Amino acid sequence: MNIVVCIKQVPDTTDVRIDPATNTLIREGVPSIINPFDMYAIEEALRLREKLGGKVTVISMGPPQVTEALKEAISMGVDDAILLSDRAFAGADTWATSYTLSMGIRKMGGADVILCGKQAIDGDTAQVGPGVAEFLDIPQVTYVKKIEQIDDKKAKVWRMTEEGYEVVDTSLPAMFTVVKEINEPRLPSLKGKMKAKSFQPTIWKAADIAADEKNIGLNGSPTNVVKIFTPPVRSGGIILQGDINEAVATVVEGLKERQII
Amino acid sequence: MSDIEIIQDKCVGCGACLSSCPYGAITLQDNLAVIDDDKCTLCGACVSSCGFDAILIRKDQVEKADISDFKGVWVFAEQKNGQVQSISYELMGEGRKLADALGVELAAVIMGHKIGDACQDLIWRGADKVYAVDDPALEHFCDEPYARIMADLIKEYKPEIVLGGASTIGRALIPRVAIKARTGLTADCTSLAIDEEKRILLQTRPAFGGNIMATIICPNHRPQMATVRHKVMKEAECDKTRQGQIIKKSFDKATLASRTSVAQVVEEATNMIKLTEADIIVSGGRGMKAPENFTLVENLARAVGGAVGASRAAVDAGWLPYSHQVGQTGKTVAPKLYIACGISGAIQHLVGMQSSDCIIAINKDPEAPIFKVASYGIVGDVFEVLPALTKKLQETCGK
Ligand SMILES: Cc1cc2nc3c(=O)[nH]c(=O)nc-3n(C[C@H](O)[C@H](O)[C@H](O)COP(=O)(O)OP(=O)(O)OC[C@H]3O[C@@H](n4cnc5c(N)ncnc54)[C@H](O)[C@@H]3O)c2cc1C
Ligand SMILES: Nc1ncnc2c1ncn2[C@@H]1O[C@H](COP(=O)(O)O)[C@@H](O)[C@H]1O
Repeated sequence: MNIVVCIKQVPDTTDVRIDPATNTLIREGVPSIINPFDMYAIEEALRLREKLGGKVTVISMGPPQVTEALKEAISMGVDDAILLSDRAFAGADTWATSYTLSMGIRKMGGADVILCGKQAIDGDTAQVGPGVAEFLDIPQVTYVKKIEQIDDKKAKVWRMTEEGYEVVDTSLPAMFTVVKEINEPRLPSLKGKMKAKSFQPTIWKAADIAADEKNIGLNGSPTNVVKIFTPPVRSGGIILQGDINEAVATVVEGLKERQII
Repeated sequence: MSDIEIIQDKCVGCGACLSSCPYGAITLQDNLAVIDDDKCTLCGACVSSCGFDAILIRKDQVEKADISDFKGVWVFAEQKNGQVQSISYELMGEGRKLADALGVELAAVIMGHKIGDACQDLIWRGADKVYAVDDPALEHFCDEPYARIMADLIKEYKPEIVLGGASTIGRALIPRVAIKARTGLTADCTSLAIDEEKRILLQTRPAFGGNIMATIICPNHRPQMATVRHKVMKEAECDKTRQGQIIKKSFDKATLASRTSVAQVVEEATNMIKLTEADIIVSGGRGMKAPENFTLVENLARAVGGAVGASRAAVDAGWLPYSHQVGQTGKTVAPKLYIACGISGAIQHLVGMQSSDCIIAINKDPEAPIFKVASYGIVGDVFEVLPALTKKLQETCGK
């Protein structure tokens, strides 16, 4: 089975600090990580390979420094990695990102199963998985929390919903986007780490994947960011120590004032 | 090719852009900002951070799609068992405002089976027109036929704005539609407005876990599409005197075909309110110590008509199912009131709840980071505070 995982390198938002003087974000020195949801996608791909045989390839679109993320995937046991990297890809919104990834996957010869994280923690859009599926004209199941059954041609998966879950049958090839509940990602193995050390991903530029320049990067992106601003920082509230009944009474009064209750 | 440029005459070397770059791509050299192409993704965060207009992103002149004959605002209405979902009422409320600002019609699109009452309901909720597709094949949400139909309707009727919910269904469907329609889509918006001069939709949304806000436009393509976060817009009122037109559409077999099918729908047996629907959420963390102690959290939730949430630590310990997890790898919520019980307030938890209107934190450690975002912090033991708070609220709410 040919399994492709789309992974994105993201700044570790949890390391973002606020500069108290200017109220702006301090992002310098923030480390980059593999998008946490994509770790579950990688793990699921490895488990499918263990069950069904085949090959796991990760693919990412981004600047050259994404190589680090790809090496990390290799250290977990992924077979191969492809980096779509070209200055012309920069500034891509989800439309152009989905297009570019789909062209990369086409160039690879397609896949039986494509896995994405539910969403990336920087943009939080959850749009790229379905976008890639649409460009490749394959079915999709989003928010997958379990792959119950799978063979070469079809799969039965559980899709998380607001009320519970749905059991969905799909033909393959298909796109699955996964949530955290699906598995527990493994740590890199020693052997994997050794392999990762010398590993260099295959790098494809726009011309290599026959990408139409009207569809990539900033030019191919229908949306534009016009303004970025920091939301007002939450001002500290009232901290109540001491007598519990008094504290509770103060809080309940406050809720009444705010007309919450 | 598009590119980014530092205008050297304008750059004063203040360094404001350095800390705005999420990718660490900017450095100062000889008192001028320098951008490293190997790291820069042209995201644009630095452009707004520069007080001197010294950073310019040049976009090549792209062919403009002909957008002149796109008119009207559309809402994709979700229904379950023929009942329009609350998120769609919120979209109707917001859609009505946008349509009025533009002086155009508001239409709803609804798909499913046996949805006659829902169509009428949408008119009462502000729709001038309802495009309804009623077919047994559409009974359950299915990505492919729903996306084809939506895209076909857009092609036929050319709306200028299309809104969907940032729900499980909306987030699966709307991206596929945007690709088919070759147009932009902004996810998870928390505020929408019309720039009346340019007649464009200003779409504002949080990014980087709510640490920054971005306003996004879709200038050259139509429709302008957005998904909207649950519980941030006001539901449309139901006005049974409203009149509107229901337009029934039908589609051929090929359009209705689907390679996925729903074999079973499992509603997890909770009589509790859903997290994403709740106005009040009471969450418990590792400080609750054991699963049975969650009854304290549940009791408080019941007293205020709220839903039960949890930190990842509580979910990982198996005390509550993952569907209750709030935070970076769980759900993002923004209720009117969020009560955190025995939760330390790790950043991964905070990004999922810090935009709540009012936050109450109960923790015995006065240094816990959760107190930094709390409107009311009670320093104390959850096992004492929760029963006292529940009792007081029961008295006050009369339940
Ligand atoms: C990639 C990644 C993603 C993550 N995603 C999420 C996520 O989505 N959601 C999430 O919540 N976390 C997430 N985390 C985990 C997060 O970092 C914290 O570990 C977690 O939120 C801690 O949960 P907690 O506050 O319940 O537990 P702790 O941090 O252990 O805090 C327990 C608190 O309870 C207090 N306490 C103990 N006993 C009592 C008592 N009797 N009375 C009052 N207070 C008491 C303690 O003082 C302490 O502050 C993620 C982490 C990573 C690395
Ligand atoms: N640049 C990218 N390269 C590879 N995969 C990506 C990229 N952007 C997004 N993805 C995939 O799409 C998922 C959803 O991302 P997003 O739509 O940005 O929230 C991620 O979890 C990744 O699996």
